[in-house]
Amino acid sequence: MSTFFTSRLFFISLALVVIAATLPLYVSGYVLGLLTVAFYFGVFAMAWDLLFGFAGEVNFGPTFLIGVGAYTAGILNAQFGWSVYPCIVLGALASVIAGLVLALPALRVRGPYFGLTTLVAVLMLQNFIVVFADLTGGEIGLTIPDVITIDAGANYWIALGFMTISAAILYGLSQSPIGLVLQASGQDPVQAGALGFNIVKHKLAAFIVSAFFSGLSGALLVFYFGTASVGTVVDVAVGVNVIVSAVLGGRRTVLGAALGAIFLIVAGEFLRPTGELATFIVSAVALLVVLFFPGGFLGAALSREARS
Amino acid sequence: MDMRLSNRAVLEVRGLTKRFGGLTAVKNLGFDVNGGEIFGLIGPNGSGKSTAMKSVMGIERPTSGEVIFEGENVAGLPAHKIARKGFGMVFQHSRPLNRQTVLENILVALLPDSLFMLFPDKALVERAKWIAERVGLGNVMNRRPPTLPFADLRRLELAKAIARDPKVVLVDEPFAGLTRAEVDIFSDLIRSFRDEGRAVMLVDHNVKSVAALVDRVLAMYLGEEIVTGRADEVMKNETVRRVYLGGAIETHARPETSFKDKVPLLQVENVSVFYGKAQALENVSIHVHEGEFVSIVGLNGAGKTTLFNTISGFLPYSGEIVRGGDRLRGTSPAKIARSGLVQCPESRELFGEMSVRENLDLGGQHLSDDKRAAQLAWLFELFPILKERQGQMAQTLSGGEQQMLAIGRALMMQPQILILDEPTLGLAPVILEQLSKALTKLRQTTSITVLLGEQNVTFALPHADRVYVLEHARIVWEGDPGRFAAEAGADFL
Ligand SMILES: Nc1ncnc2c1ncn2[C@@H]1O[C@H](COP(=O)(O)OP(=O)(O)OP(=O)(O)O)[C@@H](O)[C@H]1O
Ligand SMILES: [Mg+2]
Repeated sequence: MSTFFTSRLFFISLALVVIAATLPLYVSGYVLGLLTVAFYFGVFAMAWDLLFGFAGEVNFGPTFLIGVGAYTAGILNAQFGWSVYPCIVLGALASVIAGLVLALPALRVRGPYFGLTTLVAVLMLQNFIVVFADLTGGEIGLTIPDVITIDAGANYWIALGFMTISAAILYGLSQSPIGLVLQASGQDPVQAGALGFNIVKHKLAAFIVSAFFSGLSGALLVFYFGTASVGTVVDVAVGVNVIVSAVLGGRRTVLGAALGAIFLIVAGEFLRPTGELATFIVSAVALLVVLFFPGGFLGAALSREARS
Repeated sequence: MDMRLSNRAVLEVRGLTKRFGGLTAVKNLGFDVNGGEIFGLIGPNGSGKSTAMKSVMGIERPTSGEVIFEGENVAGLPAHKIARKGFGMVFQHSRPLNRQTVLENILVALLPDSLFMLFPDKALVERAKWIAERVGLGNVMNRRPPTLPFADLRRLELAKAIARDPKVVLVDEPFAGLTRAEVDIFSDLIRSFRDEGRAVMLVDHNVKSVAALVDRVLAMYLGEEIVTGRADEVMKNETVRRVYLGGAIETHARPETSFKDKVPLLQVENVSVFYGKAQALENVSIHVHEGEFVSIVGLNGAGKTTLFNTISGFLPYSGEIVRGGDRLRGTSPAKIARSGLVQCPESRELFGEMSVRENLDLGGQHLSDDKRAAQLAWLFELFPILKERQGQMAQTLSGGEQQMLAIGRALMMQPQILILDEPTLGLAPVILEQLSKALTKLRQTTSITVLLGEQNVTFALPHADRVYVLEHARIVWEGDPGRFAAEAGADFL
């Protein structure tokens, strides 16, 4: 842990953040907008990696947590006229509560069943939104009256700052004793239990942290978008993107997940002129990375550093 | 020691029973273990030793019975609670954190079960270092587990188990896969746990080492106690001899000249294999005649598994491997296996979530229905336990039962050449005898060719027509088993 502040990874991350912070001075609003979304996705992916990479639990429904946070914030603002910041905080809290309700029973089942439970949760949320259209805006989506700011540069800095702080916390957590215990329980639950660790408690904590950051990021994102819709924050396809980002960036690296998310969103945008082909190309790249560098971007880089 | 406790055993087990569905794995077991005592548990494969240990530790929830620790009944508590009361367990199959160093792996075991410790204590790090030194990992503290030799990985397991200074240490098969010299070192370590006043419970099939180590031993069979007492008394017990120890393994080597094929069936010529820069095999040449039984004897890390994996087509190599006149280079592992060269790997590679029967049927899938049925019937005669357990999920079998299943699955493929990599790992003496008989029968009734990799020479020699000794990636000796003891046995006997 203490070696982190002198490690190459730390300086590279610091340099990247500093460079990124200067971008609004010389790039277009269009690029800033793209990166703003990418940074929020980065948080989704990092939060997901804490669960999968460390606790060893595959959450197929990251958008359940994201969506609950996003819609809670959106509904409170649009339907009840609450102001922006309480909405964001409550969005994050709602996500934590929803995460608890989901995880408590789901963590009791082993292996693939946890993943299936999380997937079903997404589908239920999606149905709920469609059925209670009066409240949620249904399939059309919910228009959100308030914004944090309309300035593209400010929005960009908020997203960057939020991602940086989240990254610091999530990475720090992953490297702390709790991260070690999580990894041990993910690796071999029986042995972790015999070493005296209450695995369910630790995994639950990881789930709560993951839910908090997912929900918070989701809530911030809807205030940036100005709308909440199934297609942007709940759909299974969005969740798949989050998962692909994390795997692409490097499992168990946390920071890699953010890189993966930025890559995925920026690449998708660059390829937009190719139309339908874009998704295909991005998916193919992701598949190739997973097949030939199973450690992901950062995993491959880290192991090269370790070898030299 | 507290006066009240001084006349009371640290661990008292009463009427312990564990049922899995219809199967009673442990039946009404009772014993005491005192502080400063090593208590052994022996019995054939599947007799319930591991289950008994896991029930004490809380990994399996006992169906009934009491586990009394310092006067308190802990039966039914979850493992993490029991662990915190003062229990540590050494697992047979370890899965250390591969991205963390040895020291960090030990550190994990020392952490409190708390969600609020964000930075490891300096004192904990010091203690982890001390434990590493204590179990002989001092020189490799900063290495990562994947780079460690097998024995060091086992040391790491010991280190984790004693990290929090438990009063009861449970050790399941610590000696499996270790060399003679390493077994002695581990025996000393386990003895030192006892001398520190811990209560130690030990399971292993290395009868000699167990007998030398334990103060008392309980022999069990089919989940029940046969007898408890001093090791020498228990080993003399008639039932123990019959169900566990079995008879001596007979030898019968055939001279090489008795094999009629002019060109050996399998020739490995000047084969070298590298893992990165490390050379795992250096100019290895061996040959095996049709119908011959050849043993490759070598300590851990000598290169046995590498040699077998090379023959099976998994690794790139220089030199030639020729089978029945054809070069094998360029043939895929799947094709090699289909053509009758079947390897039964050390790591078993069973399909854990499939049943015993399904695993066997997969092995015999290329056979016609009646041939498969006949082969299965023959196999069940060889390993009756597999017949009983056809419906059980493979991963829930006991260690030895899994080994039998792995061998059984390989035999279902009706191999022409069968490669057995450390088949005796984790097998009870009586099962060794059964396996031995099976191999003898195989040799007499079929024309199967067997290549056996072993460090257990008491098993490897009797079956072999010829023996090679592999040491540090090279073949250093070749000859018939009769000459082995005199010329090459120093490291093994
Ligand atoms: N989860 C389970 N479900 C069903 N049967 C089980 C389960 N776990 C163990 N068994 C069965 O209980 C019996 C006792 O198993 P156990 O692992 O305790 O044997 P063991 O004495 O340790 O054998 P070995 O020496 O081969 O390791 C075996 O027949 C095994 O197949
Ligand atoms: Mg066992």
